Amino acid sequence: MKLVIERREISSALLRFSAPIASIGIALFVAGFLLLASGVSPLDAYREIIIEALGSVYGLSETLVKTTPLIFAGLGVSLAFRMQIWNIGAEGQIYIGAMGATWVALFSGIQNHWIMMTAMFFAAFFCGGMWAGVAGFLRARWQVNEVIVTLLMNYIAILWVDYLIYGPWKDPKGFNFPLTAQFSDTARLAEYFDTRMHSGFFLALFCALVLYLFIERTVWGYEIKVIGSNQRAAKYAGMNTGMAIFFVLFLSGAIAGIAGFSEVAGLQHRLQHGISPGYGYTAIIIAWLAKRSAIGVVIVSFLMGVLLVGGDSLQLLWQLPVAFVYAFQGLILFFLLASDFFIIYRVKLIKGVVHA
Amino acid sequence: MVLSFHHSLCESIYIDCHMTDILNFENIRKTFPGVIALDDVSFSVARGEIHTLLGENGAGKSTLMNVLTGLYHPDRGQIRIAGEQIHFTSPRDSLACGIGMVHQHFMLVPAHSVFENILLALDNIPNFYSRKTYKQKIQKLIDEFDLDLDLDTPVWRLSIGAQQWIELIKLLMRDCQLLVLDEPTAVLTPQEADRLFNVLRKLKQQEKSIIFISHKMREVMEISDRVTILKKGRSIATRTRGDFDESTLASLMIGRDKVPQWQKTLQMSDEIVLDIQNLSVRNDRGMSDLDDFNLQLKKGEILGIAGVAGNGQKALAEVLTGLKNTNQGRILARQKDITNSNARYSYIAGIAHIPEDRKSIGIAPDMSVDENLIMKSFKSGSFRNWIFQNKKAIRQNAEEKIEQFAIKSGPDGTPVRYLSGGNIQKVIIARELSEHPAVLVALYPTRGLDIGSAGYVHKVIADGADRGMSTILIAEDLDELLKLSDRIAVMFRGKLIGYVNPRKTTREEIGLMMSGETPGDKA
Repeated sequence: MKLVIERREISSALLRFSAPIASIGIALFVAGFLLLASGVSPLDAYREIIIEALGSVYGLSETLVKTTPLIFAGLGVSLAFRMQIWNIGAEGQIYIGAMGATWVALFSGIQNHWIMMTAMFFAAFFCGGMWAGVAGFLRARWQVNEVIVTLLMNYIAILWVDYLIYGPWKDPKGFNFPLTAQFSDTARLAEYFDTRMHSGFFLALFCALVLYLFIERTVWGYEIKVIGSNQRAAKYAGMNTGMAIFFVLFLSGAIAGIAGFSEVAGLQHRLQHGISPGYGYTAIIIAWLAKRSAIGVVIVSFLMGVLLVGGDSLQLLWQLPVAFVYAFQGLILFFLLASDFFIIYRVKLIKGVVHA
Repeated sequence: MVLSFHHSLCESIYIDCHMTDILNFENIRKTFPGVIALDDVSFSVARGEIHTLLGENGAGKSTLMNVLTGLYHPDRGQIRIAGEQIHFTSPRDSLACGIGMVHQHFMLVPAHSVFENILLALDNIPNFYSRKTYKQKIQKLIDEFDLDLDLDTPVWRLSIGAQQWIELIKLLMRDCQLLVLDEPTAVLTPQEADRLFNVLRKLKQQEKSIIFISHKMREVMEISDRVTILKKGRSIATRTRGDFDESTLASLMIGRDKVPQWQKTLQMSDEIVLDIQNLSVRNDRGMSDLDDFNLQLKKGEILGIAGVAGNGQKALAEVLTGLKNTNQGRILARQKDITNSNARYSYIAGIAHIPEDRKSIGIAPDMSVDENLIMKSFKSGSFRNWIFQNKKAIRQNAEEKIEQFAIKSGPDGTPVRYLSGGNIQKVIIARELSEHPAVLVALYPTRGLDIGSAGYVHKVIADGADRGMSTILIAEDLDELLKLSDRIAVMFRGKLIGYVNPRKTTREEIGLMMSGETPGDKA
């Protein structure tokens, strides 16, 4: 008798569909032990998370507030993943997008609300896009690994924003805190129901719809899919793969950049340190869990929003560190990647004489 | 030594045959989704025997060998090594049982020396090994088999033939008792092949067993003790030396399948549709794949390209279809320079064989048949509304093509990767020809296809020629070239050696040219 690992010839649709759900389940189970080790009953904790994040209008609105930047960043990352381009620099692109929007808000002097919003939007879009576009250009022109470039550029982006808010952009009336001045009302997105929820959320949903149509229905989406499936075939069919790589990374960074716009215009109303507590990294998990589909990104972002808001309450109630939430996210990704193994291979028990 | 009449019934009739048989395959069956690759295959190999597996492309030879070396697991049936039933889970297991394989594509590290490559293949080398002892051991083998091989030369500088010696030595150093050679002569010149056969005969004298895979009839006649013929995944007969000749083997191999016939009307004009001038292409190693290559293609002709594999054919196809850039030279289409022009993609179409990993240049494996069919024309007006794809037109196009080319495509939306090789090939052909190209480049278009599909590809090419399309047909099978071509150009080391007329030439003449000798006055 011997256990043998075999490659599946066809991986079943059921298996592919259930794998993300199972991964979350197993991650919940394992995280339970972490909770037990900190002296908290896992069931209590999970119940608390659900109640806190979904049980009240305030909780739900907070969840949607967290969901918003996750949708943008998740969409950006999943677009690049679609073409087998690994943009893990969404975090930095959020910061640079926020910087672009802030620049317009503070220094453009526009008085009209709609013109201001449009200008801030495109500033964030363009800044985030160019930031990722650097990696796209290097990859397309000289085959420089985009994983390294996008990752390392995160640090540059975060530290650059820090420089601005500690230095030239610091609010003179801000008691020396590292913050820019507050935005005027023209530079703020509308808020709803007397909560912190803002129209960025609807913009995110709209963005998901547009991206879905872009990928599934347009000529360019088709091109991206062909290149993602087989770059040599794409080249052979006369597609300009280098241009497409740059374009997709630009767009990917641009969408992540909008998250920065939505955060500063909708929530913070100023640029400050830590405007993204790792949304860009969570976006990688989201894109992977969503199997790179735009609609999936919305759903998974919401789940992650629940987790973030619920995780906050764990801190308040049981003094658990915020690291627990990140550990949980890490566990999900870990089991998800492991589940890919079972989608591709099967384990078989072989009876009989074995030579080895 | 050779038991003349046992094969599949061996174990039930002659219990003692396991004593002399090193390998028994009994009723091996292997299926892939929708395809029965092997169906009840049985054969055995005796010690000191050269056993040939003969079969058309796609008859199941490669699958069978992948089962033997542990890459695939049979669904049913038994494998016995020296009488003992075994179950391989990886190539490592089969190596441990003394089975060694020389693959068509060599597994060598190009930057390392011959010695280092051989050492890499050995187990149990002590941490502080003596270079000298190992070198002596290997040198002894080299001398014994009269191979000319310098242990310190880096592999990338060696000819393909010499690289094959390394693969052989690797297996001999491991003391393999059963050597499997998968179409070893496909990449060799006739002279190199002769030397290989001498080595094989010496190995046979040392009681080693050899499985020789080929579909070249003359080699099979020359070297085999026994021949097992595979057809459509079945082992249909095993013949012992003296009991077969070329025509019996051929008829067994092809069986009663009718070879498709068509009327190739000779109607090429003198108009030159493609003129390749002084084309040079260097590969990653800085060596020339194409070296000052010239070729002229006339309207409506099928121009066969003959040559031993690896003499620049692939680079030629890749340059013409835009996958590779030229270092020098021009490609002219009706006197217009299209070397670096996008016009090339609609002027020249290409089809190529489907490699086993199905990730060829031809398809996007994760996408559906519908989507693959429009890969070259997705930008054109008929398949789009403004920036959106016209899904209805795309679906309609697919339905037409699926019917016209008899593609077995499975349910709508099935990714192309799940189609069989023949059907993938049809998808590619349907797409390439729908653009009505002036020039078709066919790179080994029938490799890996069954006879029916291959005949179909030939018909498509011949029909295209009737409509005025010109074809550059790159193939390794001389028969295929002789049957189909209006002219044959012979390549050697990236250069054009000359043209021959397939209706007047001889195999010997082409053979000589393939080894680089320029043709005499008569051609």
